[in-house]
Amino acid sequence: MDIKRRALVDRLASSNAAMSVLVVLLGFLVGTILVLAVGRDPANMYRAIIQVVSGFDLARGTWNARYIGEWLVASVPLILCGLSMAFAARAGLFNIGAEGQYIVGLTVAQFASFYLPSVPVFHWAAAVVLGMLAAAGWGGVVGFLKAKYAVSEVVATIMMNYIALYVSRYATQLIPGTNTYKTPSFPATARLSNSWLESVTNGSRLNTGLFLALAAVLLFWFVMEKTRTGFALRATGFNKDAARCSGINVQRSLTLSMAISGAFAGLAGCIVALGSFGYGRVLAGLDGYGFNGIAVALVGNSTAIGTLLAGLLFGMLQSAQPLMQSRQIPKEVTYIISGLVVVFISLRSGIGLLLEARSKEQAKSAARKGELRDE
Amino acid sequence: MNSMLGLVPSILMMASPILICALGGMISERSGVVNIALEGLMGFGAFAAATANVLLEASLPGWSVWISLAMAAAVGALVSLVHAFASISLNADQVVSGTGINLLANGVTVFLCQIIFHHERTNSFRQGMVAGPGGIYPTAYIALLLLVAVWYVLYRKPVGLRLRACGENPQAAASAGIDVRRMRYRAVFVSGALGGLAGGCLVLTQTIEYKENMINGAGFIALAAVSFGRWIPKGVAGAACLFGAAVAFSIYVVNIPSLRVLPPEFFSVLPYVITLVTLVLFSGKDYAPRAAGQPYEKGAS
Repeated sequence: MDIKRRALVDRLASSNAAMSVLVVLLGFLVGTILVLAVGRDPANMYRAIIQVVSGFDLARGTWNARYIGEWLVASVPLILCGLSMAFAARAGLFNIGAEGQYIVGLTVAQFASFYLPSVPVFHWAAAVVLGMLAAAGWGGVVGFLKAKYAVSEVVATIMMNYIALYVSRYATQLIPGTNTYKTPSFPATARLSNSWLESVTNGSRLNTGLFLALAAVLLFWFVMEKTRTGFALRATGFNKDAARCSGINVQRSLTLSMAISGAFAGLAGCIVALGSFGYGRVLAGLDGYGFNGIAVALVGNSTAIGTLLAGLLFGMLQSAQPLMQSRQIPKEVTYIISGLVVVFISLRSGIGLLLEARSKEQAKSAARKGELRDE
Repeated sequence: MNSMLGLVPSILMMASPILICALGGMISERSGVVNIALEGLMGFGAFAAATANVLLEASLPGWSVWISLAMAAAVGALVSLVHAFASISLNADQVVSGTGINLLANGVTVFLCQIIFHHERTNSFRQGMVAGPGGIYPTAYIALLLLVAVWYVLYRKPVGLRLRACGENPQAAASAGIDVRRMRYRAVFVSGALGGLAGGCLVLTQTIEYKENMINGAGFIALAAVSFGRWIPKGVAGAACLFGAAVAFSIYVVNIPSLRVLPPEFFSVLPYVITLVTLVLFSGKDYAPRAAGQPYEKGAS
């Protein structure tokens, strides 16, 4: 019985997906305790979450599909920034720069929507492609610096985030008619709005970006698992030296993985700019999707499907914030939950370590017992 | 020229928290633990200092800022223990656990603001730190004092030598009888205290309340100052002053006619560009502590 239970514990500990679920549950548990500790009703927190996911308002007994739409709107950039982080992570890089790559995509898309010809479909498609390319370049530079000059990608991407922010502020203010915080409205052909999705979700901001994000998830899976490039990237991530010895161009792998990683984050920026807002923004600070993308990828174990699910989870937390606030639950509890999840994940390797040490000790004591019996 | 001289107090005001925080980062990295959580630790410290000052300034006028600074350091040190436990005891990825603390910082501090003050920031305090002669805040002297102290301990005391050994070659250090894990715990603890103190200095000199995203990258600038300063006190001090000057310029550029041709973003972006360029230029020679970022495992060679 005891052995059976231990085997189960070990199997759960070695399964990434199970650990992710456990870590998320732990995060929610601590969040709930926290809400209780400050004398609020945690049921309100879960009511807000249920309303976001299903559209049902349990307190009033009404249903509104717009909540579901807004949940997906919040999830799309998180999924994409998660894919960005995950793609780099699979090649052994820590991309803190999704934030900056997101800003570059957003800024270029804003420019493209004002300066490209107003042709239906072509307009937004070209804006998205340009935004992704620029963001790929922004990320690729860091990969190149890492590969060629061994510059730490962590420090480099943090620097690039702030460079992107200030360059974006400066550049966006050059667009004619821009005041200190917004540009004039985008031409209609540049918008990603989708009347069908809007009507299905009762007038939410849900837009074509949803399909682009789903396509990105598929593309991530395909490139990573089914192509030679993906294999080279993963091999580089597992062991750089072994990859080099087996003829993989490690420099190319690092640069390419950061570039593709940047393209995912850039797509998130394009979708937020052209989908959620009808005008360009002069950014006052970082939007935070990039940093939350790190949490998304960590929970999703850097796989395509995991990142999709984790993105939906974090999107749920984010879009539940205003509902929580209106029910006297401080909305920051959602940030605390996501922060805790990341901290718990960093402890995960340690938990594995402890289990290993324990089983080693038990093996040792079992062996000792065996010796005694032999004597 | 006069206006340039007039900028010195504000440059010092901007540079002091960066320097204090960077000293913390330097100590941690020299012991072998990358502390990317500096940004979050500054946030915790700033929140603690602002809260303590708001609550105490009526009953303890004059003393409350100093108590607030002590609170900031204590809270920073306490939170850094989470990072220490994850990265030292459990061999976790140091960047991941640091990122976790950064994510937590905004959440926890603003959550507590909502509980204590019932809105998304602390109440404003009436009196922050009072500037001394020449408009220079005491934080500048604190920073200077800490700089000398850190240099003295790291380079003139046996414990400093041991700490640096843990960051360069922990196995060799362990074979010389140094408890690597304990040393790293101490280093991260001190860096947390300094990070928290830096946040306290920032909030008590530059604003009148704590609110979300108030640190706005100062901790990351400090992290950059550590790399730019090549992990030595002299260099880190120079880098912090340079970055402080860049921040001050970006705010005061509108008042200086000769600089007004440049957009304020130019000065804001300068520290980051300089750091990136120097990282590339000096990439050939490796100044970083060799074992920084690597967990130490007993018995591994």
